[in-house]
Amino acid sequence: MNTPLNSKLLDSSGRRIVVDPVTRIEGHMRCEVNVDENNIIRNAVSTGTMWRGLEVILKGRDPRDAWAFVERICGVCTGCHALTSVRAVEDALGINIPLNAHLIRHLMDKTLNIHDHVVHFYHLHALDWVNPVNALKADPKATSALQQKVSPTHPMSSPGYFRDVQTRIKKFIESGQLGLFANGYWSNPAYKLPPEADLMAVAHYLEALDMQKEIVKIHTIFGGKNPHPNFMVGGVPCAINLDGTGSSGAPVNMTSLNFVLERIREAEAFIKNVYIPDVIAIATLYKDWLHGGGLAASNVLCYGTHTVVPGDKSTDLLPAGAIINGNWDEVHPVDVRDPNEIQEFVDHSWYQYANGAKGLHPWDGETEAKFELGPNFKGTKTNIKELDESAKYSWIKAPRWKGHAMEVGPLARYIVAYASGKEYVQDQVDRSLSAFNQATGMDLGLKQFLPSTLGRTLARALCSELCVDSMLDDWHQLVNNIKNGDTSTANVEKWDPKTWPKEAKGVGTNEAPRGALGHWIKIKDGKIENYQAVVPTTWNGSPRDSEGNIGAFEASLLNTPMERPDEPVEILRTLHSFDPCLACSTHVMSEDGQELTNVKIR
Amino acid sequence: MNEKQVLILGIGNILWADEGFGVRCVESLNQDYAFPDNVKMVDGGTQGIYLVQHVQEADVLVVFDAIDYGLPPGTLKKIYNEDVPKFMGAKQMSLHQTGFQEVLAMAEFTGNYPADLLLVGCQPVELEDFGGSLRPEVKAQVKPAIDIALAYLAQFGVEPTRQAGQARALSPGQLNLSDYERGRPDEASACRTGDIRVIAGATSAPKGTD
Repeated sequence: MNTPLNSKLLDSSGRRIVVDPVTRIEGHMRCEVNVDENNIIRNAVSTGTMWRGLEVILKGRDPRDAWAFVERICGVCTGCHALTSVRAVEDALGINIPLNAHLIRHLMDKTLNIHDHVVHFYHLHALDWVNPVNALKADPKATSALQQKVSPTHPMSSPGYFRDVQTRIKKFIESGQLGLFANGYWSNPAYKLPPEADLMAVAHYLEALDMQKEIVKIHTIFGGKNPHPNFMVGGVPCAINLDGTGSSGAPVNMTSLNFVLERIREAEAFIKNVYIPDVIAIATLYKDWLHGGGLAASNVLCYGTHTVVPGDKSTDLLPAGAIINGNWDEVHPVDVRDPNEIQEFVDHSWYQYANGAKGLHPWDGETEAKFELGPNFKGTKTNIKELDESAKYSWIKAPRWKGHAMEVGPLARYIVAYASGKEYVQDQVDRSLSAFNQATGMDLGLKQFLPSTLGRTLARALCSELCVDSMLDDWHQLVNNIKNGDTSTANVEKWDPKTWPKEAKGVGTNEAPRGALGHWIKIKDGKIENYQAVVPTTWNGSPRDSEGNIGAFEASLLNTPMERPDEPVEILRTLHSFDPCLACSTHVMSEDGQELTNVKIR
Repeated sequence: MNEKQVLILGIGNILWADEGFGVRCVESLNQDYAFPDNVKMVDGGTQGIYLVQHVQEADVLVVFDAIDYGLPPGTLKKIYNEDVPKFMGAKQMSLHQTGFQEVLAMAEFTGNYPADLLLVGCQPVELEDFGGSLRPEVKAQVKPAIDIALAYLAQFGVEPTRQAGQARALSPGQLNLSDYERGRPDEASACRTGDIRVIAGATSAPKGTD
């Protein structure tokens, strides 16, 4: 059954369920759905309940400083905001960065993506699929056999190892402390893994914790520190001296580069031996749960990322493009500068535009609040029980590409890359599908398998593999370039504002872990005049637009059956697959063990 | 040598007025004192569970943060050991505290949990001022908070030396307190409320108050 993608086609007559908050850090998020008599979701309303405007803190500041501020906007996308910001400024001022800086930024960016994806899957999203309490029932021998089956090359697979992990889980749960696993919906039949798989997944939760702390050290080498690595307009803020030592003031030398290579190789082993096999194993065990595709089956957008030849977007490993109406045979080019392509609408957002404008390109973006609730809202203005989605209902604007609602993120990147004929990506995806079909005895086609909640989660893992494989290329290219005598890391020709035009505007784009990220800047007299960011969660979490087109979060929930509407495992599972923010956990407790997520059925 | 590893961590969001208390404490500490190698200072921002490896490495953990204790604004409070995660969870006024409570739980699950914990919290005056800085009452508590931490660390043999001017910044220089305050857009050109938290249901839940 095709997902209805327009509000006119939605049925909001059934019981209303409110989940609030769904996320915790990158602004609040609330979700309301209507379920029919069979507990199938027939209407979904996603709303951002918090607003933050970048221009509010950046206006009048030095454009070269913007990256440091945007790192603080969000607790999650620090590095990708910083990178996108320096790109926007460099674009505005016409600065080309040296090859070493290009490669080092790649290594930083890919590190961030891998780190983010691994932590998302194991530490935030896994508990939507994995039941740690059930892991206590596992026979460690069966887990060992499963481990050797799904990943024969992974060394940590003995029954004794899994027995130790099981003991640790038992101790942790029995200590009754405020834990990671307290008060989950552990008796809900939506959890379908056998105990041995649950135990394997919890063991990997711990292994992933060890892995993430190692890979992030790459940020410390090139960015000076972690968290909050340093960035710089014109290049990277680190000096290169191959023969130097750490103490000579040159952080990048052969010793530190070899250290980076070791971290890349560790990550490679983890992604290939643990992460991807785990995702495929979970997909196999949830083979009947192919919900959650929503908008991904129709409209996806990618700005393009991992450019191999500096300045040549045609060499992007994951190319830019837009696909609409599910037609993978046609990938449309995307121009982030064209005022008629990317526009933000506010018909259902708590803003108003001057002069009755409908959609505005980010360079001309306006942020004037207008809070008003529709006639059918329930509750009071300060305690809303139910929103009225026929009127304004969110603090998130509705970005559209040529009027179309678009899904962004790893799945969007992978669909665009696959449809664009990128062989590396096609090979990854085809191998995954064939492993799934072989294990399940099913014969799913790509368009049935990939646009789904599990497909989104798989795309994140495959993205990590692409990152780690290409980091090895970046590393070798960097070392060769330095050995050939190029130690330049920054272009400072236009560092001095006296060299700048009186007015300039630029755009920086990136594919953040969560999807297409753009920063649009206007500079006047050496200062920031306007600064607008359209972040991935704005695309995916957007409310409806003038035409009634629904956003990716809303679309992804439609037609999903719920086992128990008062335990919204399915809603959280799908929304979390977008990685809407870092701590998008519902498993967070207050002191008395009270579940902080508020689920109300009306 | 079995020297204890010490982590001094400031958390919070500097963009939201008094929420920046923790980060400003480590900034100030780093400017005025030099520590031996077994002591690490970190500006943790709102990094949530990304801070877990720093916590796992620590035998002694000192955290600075703005905390809602229901005390008069600007009041300092010391919380020790097992009460730290409880406090982080009980009175969540800010999103980053959810993340930090989870960090502590994760560290505990892995078996690498600090033996000694101190949370130095300050009751905020104002949080709803996007782009704003510490209020005078809270700013005045930065030095006393540092003194509390230093007295606590002395029992573990940690003896910093006074210095004038930091050796190495913890945060980008653009964000240091004085530049941050000086560069702020004026009120007429930039709305300062920023976060208009109108959906009460959404704000009360993370705060855990009702």
